[in-house]
Amino acid sequence: MVERSEPAGARHPTSVERKSDREVVVRRIFDAPARLVFEAWTRPELFRQWWLPKSIGLVLLSLDQDVRVGGTYRLVFDLGDSKTMAFFGKYIEVVPPSRLSWTNEESDDGAVTTVTFEEKDNQTHLTFSELYPTKEALDRNIGSTEGLPEQFAQLDALIPTLG
Amino acid sequence: MVQYPSRLDSSFAALSDATRRGVIEKLWRDDASITELAERFQMTLTGMKKHVSVLEQAGLVTTEKVGRVRICRLGRGALDEEWAWLERYRRMWTARFDALDKVVEELKRKERNDGRKK
Repeated sequence: MVERSEPAGARHPTSVERKSDREVVVRRIFDAPARLVFEAWTRPELFRQWWLPKSIGLVLLSLDQDVRVGGTYRLVFDLGDSKTMAFFGKYIEVVPPSRLSWTNEESDDGAVTTVTFEEKDNQTHLTFSELYPTKEALDRNIGSTEGLPEQFAQLDALIPTLG
Repeated sequence: MVQYPSRLDSSFAALSDATRRGVIEKLWRDDASITELAERFQMTLTGMKKHVSVLEQAGLVTTEKVGRVRICRLGRGALDEEWAWLERYRRMWTARFDALDKVVEELKRKERNDGRKK
């Protein structure tokens, strides 16, 4: 039987909840003050180190982040066979170090993503929420999360080694 | 595109409760009786029966009476798409956030080395 529990060690668990028909929320605690976690989401040279862990095997070709209200971002991935895929949108809320929100405009029914960083006892309680315009949009987008099924095949292979 | 059957809705409702998610995780490792589940999650037999019933209706759990004991097992629904869906999404974020942990640790270490106090 496959082991489904969290890897042992100091890592905090990641929880996922479908909060409503249109919203999925991911929660995680980090052992650091909010300003540092916020920094890792808003400085491109840091963001690119973790958004696609190397082991996933996808190559991030470029990353632009202009983190201010109205500023845009754009991520371009190499899908192999000289195919690429871009994700882009703009920041609609930037409140260091507690709140970040952006649009996802690569599709007509993309989510609004909101990340909150709440500091308690020198830990950061992070929530990542994706709110879709309709239930169908959520099913479609999350079901194929970022439209990269091969990413998960690789992830599935990777996960047992993470513990 | 992947198509999702309508029973996904009842599955998601069933999985919106932390105890019920815990039951699924437990059953993923091994079958268990309702009594064992009640003890593990420190609740009454009646309370656990209600949770199991919700999971059963969603197709996530099946139960079978064996002698005097009702044994719970993962249902088909827990083994295929919707559970896989949430698990897959959670795995992606687990991998991402474990990587983020390292980045944040590095930032903390740099700050300490720079002699700046928070």
